[in-house]
Amino acid sequence: MKVLVGIKRVVDAYVRVRVKSDGTGVDLTNAKMAINPFCEIAVEEAIRLKEAGAADEVIAVSIGPAAAQEQIRTALALGSDRGILVQTEEALEPLAVAKVLKAIVEKEGIDLVILGKQSIDTDNNQVGQMLAALLNVPQGTFACKAEVKDGKIEVTREIDGGEQTVMLDLPAVVTTDLRLNEPRYASLPNIMKAKKKPIDTLSAADLGVEVGSNIKTLSVAPPAERSAGVKVESVAALVDKLKNEAKVI
Amino acid sequence: MSILVIAEHDNGSLKTATLNTVTAAAAIGGDVDILVAGYGCDAAAQEAAKAAGVGKVIVADNACYEHQLPEAVAPLVAEVGKGYTHILAAATTTGKNLMPRVAALLDVDQISDIIEVKGEDTFVRPIYAGNAMATVQTSDPIKVVTVRTTAFAEAAKDGSATVESNAHTVEQSKAQFVGEQLSKSERPELTAASVVISGGRGMQNGENFALLEKVADKLGAAIGASRAAVDAGFVPNDYQVGQTGKIVAPDLYIAVGISGAIQHLAGMKDSKVIVAINKDEEAPIFQVADYGLVADLFKALPELEEAL
Ligand SMILES: Cc1cc2nc3c(=O)[nH]c(=O)nc-3n(C[C@H](O)[C@H](O)[C@H](O)COP(=O)(O)OP(=O)(O)OC[C@H]3O[C@@H](n4cnc5c(N)ncnc54)[C@H](O)[C@@H]3O)c2cc1C
Ligand SMILES: Cc1cc2nc3c(=O)[nH]c(=O)nc-3n(C[C@H](O)[C@H](O)[C@H](O)COP(=O)(O)OP(=O)(O)OC[C@H]3O[C@@H](n4cnc5c(N)ncnc54)[C@H](O)[C@@H]3O)c2cc1C
Repeated sequence: MKVLVGIKRVVDAYVRVRVKSDGTGVDLTNAKMAINPFCEIAVEEAIRLKEAGAADEVIAVSIGPAAAQEQIRTALALGSDRGILVQTEEALEPLAVAKVLKAIVEKEGIDLVILGKQSIDTDNNQVGQMLAALLNVPQGTFACKAEVKDGKIEVTREIDGGEQTVMLDLPAVVTTDLRLNEPRYASLPNIMKAKKKPIDTLSAADLGVEVGSNIKTLSVAPPAERSAGVKVESVAALVDKLKNEAKVI
Repeated sequence: MSILVIAEHDNGSLKTATLNTVTAAAAIGGDVDILVAGYGCDAAAQEAAKAAGVGKVIVADNACYEHQLPEAVAPLVAEVGKGYTHILAAATTTGKNLMPRVAALLDVDQISDIIEVKGEDTFVRPIYAGNAMATVQTSDPIKVVTVRTTAFAEAAKDGSATVESNAHTVEQSKAQFVGEQLSKSERPELTAASVVISGGRGMQNGENFALLEKVADKLGAAIGASRAAVDAGFVPNDYQVGQTGKIVAPDLYIAVGISGAIQHLAGMKDSKVIVAINKDEEAPIFQVADYGLVADLFKALPELEEAL
């Protein structure tokens, strides 16, 4: 079984981003960048499948600027076999990302695609579902458990009311939730080894994919700020404020 | 303009998230219809017909939609939705699972989690864990949108839409429903509750959540948690409030033993009144709290229960 994982280069989850004063976006100059945490979970899951003998090859793909090679290298250091960078300087919308991934799935003959459920920058939560639709394959989104059995994959999903389990024919697309696994850290020898693993660089055009979009970001503004309130001295004072000032109880 | 709202329901009843979505549809303007896809879902359809301002409820009641798997429902929505300018659903796990699949079938982008309608083609949505608000415009012929329910009030239930059935079926066997483990609770649903009390890592273990439950009982509150509390196994997954969990905006949110990481704030900072109980006076949660109590939660919670 061949597994493809999607890796997105995003701002580190613990960086507090600021909106640019001209309202065109957020300022990421010199911000620490990382693999999207959900994609890290995707890589870990793929590697566990390989270690368990269920997967033969794990390919890590990123669509993004040349610098996204760093995140691919990290995925290689964690145990992926090879990388693909689909280089683009423009920001692609999820549908375009899904079209690029579809072309790679078909080119490589992929049996299982594992993606993050959402990127922590754009928070779209779309790519996996779109890719599944384009490939006409089933989807197991927000997975907290995944098990390959007899040519199928059983996925337990985190849903609003609890959990749901579905059985999917392969090929399939799975997207990861936080509780699927705890990603390992790359060891130094593996980081060294990863430097020798191959990364192919392509363009969307090489894959014959049109990446235009009909969505325009008109402006990006900071959120309304909440001002810090007051400290109360005791539970009694708190209850009094909630009853008589805020009138919420 | 004509807008198709995808109903969220469990066949037997309509989820209120549908009513929030109807309000977002009304803000766009034009005719609003609701699609109810399920099996034995007449009761849900009758409830949908009462949503104010809705012209027509389309019911696709067939065994193939029983568990509302997106592999079956997305082709139906794409088929029915072709005749509309907008397709809207709530940004719940059901809507998030379904709508991108619909958008891809229609070869259009999808706009996630809108909090404001600026015009028929222009919407505001949070990005970067709510640290930035993007105003986006789409020229797609069909606009596929998910709606953050806490940003729109529930539509009234005094309407009387016509109900018509749709016989379209989708045969698929690639995805099979195996089972469901739903949390049972007598408490209000987390995203719709007017009071939410959440516990974090400071609770130390699952048993200690009983302290929160006693306060919740007095307030008629729903119980939530930080990711740290869920990861540690104190409470189930579906309690998680935050950027990557549930978004809540109750009248009163009480955070207990929660530090206030940006990912947690993203899920609750639109609450009307925020209370924080934390023993560390430097905890970032106090920067967004209207009322902060620096105290040991194991002392404060029993006192609070007593005082209510
Ligand atoms: C310089 C720059 C500026 C940007 N500005 C904006 C902006 O203003 N507005 C905006 O909406 N978006 C912006 N983006 C983000 C870009 O549009 C998103 O990559 C795209 O919309 C996909 O959405 P998502 O990552 O939120 O998808 P999600 O559906 O949330 O992603 C889910 C999963 O899909 C996979 N995936 C997603 N993207 C990639 C990728 N590139 N390569 C490999 N796997 C991937 C990952 O596994 C990820 O975990 C910008 C990106 C860049 C590089
Ligand atoms: C990709 C990603 C997604 C995430 N998504 C979410 C999300 O959706 N929701 C979410 O919540 N987090 C999320 N997080 C995690 C987030 O960054 C924090 O790690 C998490 O919110 C911390 O939880 P906490 O506040 O309970 O724990 P901590 O940060 O450990 O805080 C515990 C607090 O309890 C206080 N405390 C301890 N003992 C007591 C006591 N006896 N009395 C009073 N106070 C006490 C401490 O002073 C401390 O402030 C995400 C992180 C990542 C990387």
